Amino acid sequence: MPSFDAIVIGAGINGLAAAGRLAMAGARVTVLESAPAAGGMANLAHLSTGIDHRIEKALDLASHGLEWAEPNVASTALSASGNHLTLKGAFGESIEGTLSAADKAAWTALRRDLLGNAAALAPFKEMTPPRLARDHGANIWDLVRNGLALRRMGRDRLREFMRLMLINVHDVLEDELGDDRLKGLLAFDTVLGHHAGPRSPNSLLGLYHRISSRVQGRQAALALPRGGMTSVIAAMQKALSTRGVTLRFNAQVNTIRVDDDRVQSVTLANGDTLTADVVVSALHPATTLMTLVGAPQFDTGVVRRVQNIRSRGTTSRLTLKLKSMPDFRGANLRTRLVIAPSSRAVEEAFNAVKYGAFSPAPVMEIVIPGAFMPEADSDGPTLSALVQYAPVDLRMGWARGRGAFLKVIMEQLEAHAPGLGALVTSADLVTPADVAMRYGAPGGQWHHAELSVEQMLFLRPAIGMAQYSTPVRGLYLASAATHPGGGVAGSAGWNAAGQAIAGGGAA
Amino acid sequence: MSRYDAIIAGGGHNGLVTACYLAKAGLKTLVVEKNDWVGGAAVSRSLYPGFTYSNCSYVSSLLRPEIMRELELPKHGLQIIPYEGGAVFTQDGGYLAMYRDHDANRREFARYSQRDAENYDRYSRDVLRHCRFIRPLLLRTPPDPTSFRPRDLSELAYIGKKLFDMPEEDIYAMIRFWTMSISDFLDEYFETPVIKAYLAVSSIIGTALGPMSPGSAYVLLHHYMGDVDGNIGAWGYARGGMGSISKALMASFVAAGGEVRTGSGVAEILISNGRATGVALANGDTFEAPMVISNMDVKRTFLKHVDEKHLPPDFVKSVKRFKIRGSSGKVNIALDGLPTFPALPPDSPCIRGDLHFTDSIERLEHAYDDWKAGRYSRDPFLDMMIPTTTDPTMTPPGKHFMSCFVQYAPPKIEGRDWTDADRDAFGQTVLNQIEQYAPGFKNLVLHAEVRTPRELEAEVGLTEGNIFQGELTFDQLLFNRPVPGYAQYRSPIDGLWMCGSSTHPGGGVMGAPGRNAAAEILRSLKKPAIMGDAYAVL
Amino acid sequence: MKDSKLHFRTPLITTPFHARTSAANKLNAWAPWAGYTTALSYSDETMEYTALRNQAGLYDLSPMVKYAITGPDALRFLNRLTLRDVSKLQPGNVHYTAWCDDAGKLIDDGTLFHLAPGRYRLCCQERHLPWLLDSAIGFDVSIEDESEKVAALSLQGPCSFAILARAGLEAAQGLKPFQLMDFAFDGGMLTISRTGFTADLGYELWTTPQAALSLWDHLMVKGADHGLRPIGTTALNMTRIEAGFMIANMDFVSATTALRPDRLRSPFDMGLEWMIDFNKGHFNGRAALKREKESGSTKWAFVGLDIEGNVEAEHALIYDNRKTEVGHITASLWSPTVKRNIALAMLRRPYHAERSGNLWVEIYALRELEYHKLMVKAQVVPRQFFNPPRRRANPPGLY
Repeated sequence: MPSFDAIVIGAGINGLAAAGRLAMAGARVTVLESAPAAGGMANLAHLSTGIDHRIEKALDLASHGLEWAEPNVASTALSASGNHLTLKGAFGESIEGTLSAADKAAWTALRRDLLGNAAALAPFKEMTPPRLARDHGANIWDLVRNGLALRRMGRDRLREFMRLMLINVHDVLEDELGDDRLKGLLAFDTVLGHHAGPRSPNSLLGLYHRISSRVQGRQAALALPRGGMTSVIAAMQKALSTRGVTLRFNAQVNTIRVDDDRVQSVTLANGDTLTADVVVSALHPATTLMTLVGAPQFDTGVVRRVQNIRSRGTTSRLTLKLKSMPDFRGANLRTRLVIAPSSRAVEEAFNAVKYGAFSPAPVMEIVIPGAFMPEADSDGPTLSALVQYAPVDLRMGWARGRGAFLKVIMEQLEAHAPGLGALVTSADLVTPADVAMRYGAPGGQWHHAELSVEQMLFLRPAIGMAQYSTPVRGLYLASAATHPGGGVAGSAGWNAAGQAIAGGGAA
Repeated sequence: MSRYDAIIAGGGHNGLVTACYLAKAGLKTLVVEKNDWVGGAAVSRSLYPGFTYSNCSYVSSLLRPEIMRELELPKHGLQIIPYEGGAVFTQDGGYLAMYRDHDANRREFARYSQRDAENYDRYSRDVLRHCRFIRPLLLRTPPDPTSFRPRDLSELAYIGKKLFDMPEEDIYAMIRFWTMSISDFLDEYFETPVIKAYLAVSSIIGTALGPMSPGSAYVLLHHYMGDVDGNIGAWGYARGGMGSISKALMASFVAAGGEVRTGSGVAEILISNGRATGVALANGDTFEAPMVISNMDVKRTFLKHVDEKHLPPDFVKSVKRFKIRGSSGKVNIALDGLPTFPALPPDSPCIRGDLHFTDSIERLEHAYDDWKAGRYSRDPFLDMMIPTTTDPTMTPPGKHFMSCFVQYAPPKIEGRDWTDADRDAFGQTVLNQIEQYAPGFKNLVLHAEVRTPRELEAEVGLTEGNIFQGELTFDQLLFNRPVPGYAQYRSPIDGLWMCGSSTHPGGGVMGAPGRNAAAEILRSLKKPAIMGDAYAVL
Repeated sequence: MKDSKLHFRTPLITTPFHARTSAANKLNAWAPWAGYTTALSYSDETMEYTALRNQAGLYDLSPMVKYAITGPDALRFLNRLTLRDVSKLQPGNVHYTAWCDDAGKLIDDGTLFHLAPGRYRLCCQERHLPWLLDSAIGFDVSIEDESEKVAALSLQGPCSFAILARAGLEAAQGLKPFQLMDFAFDGGMLTISRTGFTADLGYELWTTPQAALSLWDHLMVKGADHGLRPIGTTALNMTRIEAGFMIANMDFVSATTALRPDRLRSPFDMGLEWMIDFNKGHFNGRAALKREKESGSTKWAFVGLDIEGNVEAEHALIYDNRKTEVGHITASLWSPTVKRNIALAMLRRPYHAERSGNLWVEIYALRELEYHKLMVKAQVVPRQFFNPPRRRANPPGLY
């Protein structure tokens, strides 16, 4: 029976990050991936908000081929009339297009505040969530220290920071800005990947999560890796292999065997059994605990909590093969194109998903990689769009709904790029239901578990499991469902491996 | 011109509570009120011959027992009668009842799901645990977490200790509960839509949230933490209508030597050299006092009755940003007789409770979607009660008064003001909904008063018709209420205080803001505290 | 009854024996139990108690909550749910067991009947359907609340077997304590188990609601010569205190309903650690209980107290050295049988054992409208205050 120090299940970014950190600590690590290639849900993303800087540095991804085709992608808020607004630089350092002087000034002030608040939250993402208990005081000090650091921003700023902690983005935008295009774009960025609308209380945290990240040290930048997101994964794979990590593909784990509340081994679909003292699973906690280990191994309260992890996916990815470059009424295609006419439009798009329907007028962001990297378009340009909203459990059923949803997306695209429909040679729509199926992520949620306040920090993914450990000794969770969530950053996996190395968790 | 020690601007229940305490502490106190009556939103009005209407707030539970005792409200005539359960009518002609008796209620829930029936006990227990944490905070001034003043630090330490006195998992559970949506929370206990719908409504009443909005579970707590004679979570009728609460407060105030002037409201709060000096009324009268305590909401107080030049610009900005969107309306009906709901057995006690017609959370959420879009709900949620089934003093024999709280109604209709035609159509929507479940109901209607946020603002003075004087979301709770830095009932102007529901802990005929404000004022005057400790949670 | 909407008219429902119990209830003394109206006493508590200890009594047990647990994984499920190793429970046997939440705190205790291979019945004081269903996730098992489908009587007392024998059920002679047997009765099925709540010879009889009245009548007729009489809860409770048995929400608060977190009790607190089988695989609360065992963090001990004098110590506080509060009494009785002032009590450790030498009970005794405050000495003793050999005798005695 092959034996390792640590087995990592899932070769998505978090699994790879965990494997990397474990290997650097001297462990013999193998990564088991059910698919024929690595990457997992990273393959769904088309832009990067940045890899966790600790990983980028420790694994030296640059020397393993990570290269940015564009490290600072601008965003265009598309207008159906062609009156576009382009936010250049990280999170709109400057704005191009007609915008009132008042809005320009207001945006400068709001941008500064939001970036400042997000930066103040960034250190929280790197820490293991503390336990709130008197006898675990040492762990709380990280929280207290990070909390006290906030005081450095000064009393008035701190008060504003606290007010803007659990607030919805829509109200903030309404308070500060006038321009619908700008508000629509910001509302969209806030809710992308989430089961929330801009008016959902606490939604602003979604924006903080996004703009607290850095690309090459530049906060809130969006970047396009040369070769697409798969090249990020390829670089990590290379970095791992130089550190002796073995990757097994087409290796579907069927069971994690547990004895005396301790992890023993994993068994693959082909019957192979591998033993290890440490198993780190980057799969959704429900899959890891309820399917691979099995509910009977856990106390009923734990089963309830895992079942209550909310994982409602809302985002679909559409890939169109085109005959030639489309025209979005003159918009610069070397930018990220966003169709979100107003915050209200984004909210209205969200309404549908609450009732198990897709948005009749979906909102989306579009990237045409060929505009940045002509070499990517050997067989004609590709248009990639992340579209919201559609539920995983579409009430009309996805068999019937797929075509209908594609139709409304195409209508929305056609409205902004007349004639686009005629350019399409093939269309591939990946709905949340497809994500759930393809990546074994119940709910098809991009963060595995929804990234909402009640599932954040010490509540993520569930009470009692926030330190990446589980009631099974030696079994750790490294999925995006753990703190600080997903976003192709690898932080969750990196943090989880840290806990596994320290041997923390279930006593 | 007369001089007072303190002037309360606005005679709502919180203003009266503050006034009572100040008068009891020996201050020469004046209450000025624009209407010809006091009570604000806790009133009994005679709007149809022989009928008494609770035409704003309509049930009581949150009024703090400490206040009732200290101000001797029972002696001054206040009687509160718990009401008996309630029911939701379902679209298929059935209903779900809520009974006060535990076993009857379990069996009623079990008609839909035995699992739900039993989980209801666990649910109640869990919610009660959260109430136990929050109840003692109601009668305390929120600490300023950015301050190093000893009192703020000690209050923060008090809250911290209370928190860490709980078992670790309970702390998480509570933080989780505070931030999640009631819909998600209920999904963790129940499988039956109508049960969830019934339980969810407490989380949206008076708020600009839907049941699927995160944070709505906290609002549920806001409605659950009251009690009627020690029955936590219970609600009751004030005998003689909600005005009986104001009447008793007024009597207590007068007995303590206080003075009330009705019929002309504050036009301007007078300020000189950065200090409040008195008030000028709309009728031209002026009264001087070194202290003015505003019972009006924070927007009305500072944007309408204080000259902006006296205020720091950041404060004005914060006040302008304060969220106070109204979300509800009211239809008050004089009935020629008791309506019949064919679904209910004739001797059902539910007729004496609260009756709803919204049988799923999705319908509630749809009603909210209308509000977001700037429309009143086409299929609104109604909290309907017939207090005269318990209190015959409000109508002639055989007649009834029906109070319908209606949600959602926006402060403006798609950006424009409400018109009379909008209001009437809104009223018709409500009557039609009732008629569906009580055929013949419309024929019993003698008179109906329809109140949209417009009427609530015009008469009661609630900005945008928000019944809580400000939304109950986390950016506006505790040390953020009403605005950061001014959560301790003070304003940027010396001698100008706030005591309305815009302040902690918010609205709901609770009286807590009024009492807390009085406590802060007396403390600032170095007067001995005349209020006792809040009742402990054993 | 199931689909009736008229619950508000009858908040409490009646048991299948109600026609007989109400006729016998001369005092009209009723109390709610699990949603049923049940007799507190019928005519004379003292006579009822005396019958239980010297003749026999018939107690309506129907409100007991009963779950039918069947299916291929029934055994595995029960092993995960409860503390004891269910694989040792052979068909035809019953065992006393308990179950815990994740934190290793008691939810309830009860009796588990292995009625037939793979077919179990769990009897307990409180309702637990959601907990049972959620605990069954991942198991192929069916759980049904059969409380209303089973009518149950408890026939207790030294003459109980003699009465069964006269009633044509002499085959019950073969039943050792905690065994069960099926009989044909009145065209239906009757299950008799040698179980009870009195620490005396006794049986529990389980049948269908349809056969309930004829079973009652048959036993009352056949038992008349032995002085059989209906017993209310008051008398039964006296015997259960003498037996030293605990009841959920009387001696400890169930973890599913406890509002105050410090009210929770573990099996170690309640003296049930003997049930725990750490070697049977995972079960609810295992990790927490293991930690408690290893760290010795148990705070409480559920004990018997022998209190000086003859004044009942109901709800009294217990002090060490007359001043330090160290516990409280959960049930108390001046026992007519053992002629001692006994109580069940929760004591903080170590006052239950090494420091139990100086315990005092503060009694407020109401006598003619005035309280006498007494501080009397108490001694920790085994909880079984009464445990006669006839309880276990095989074959059972024909008294």
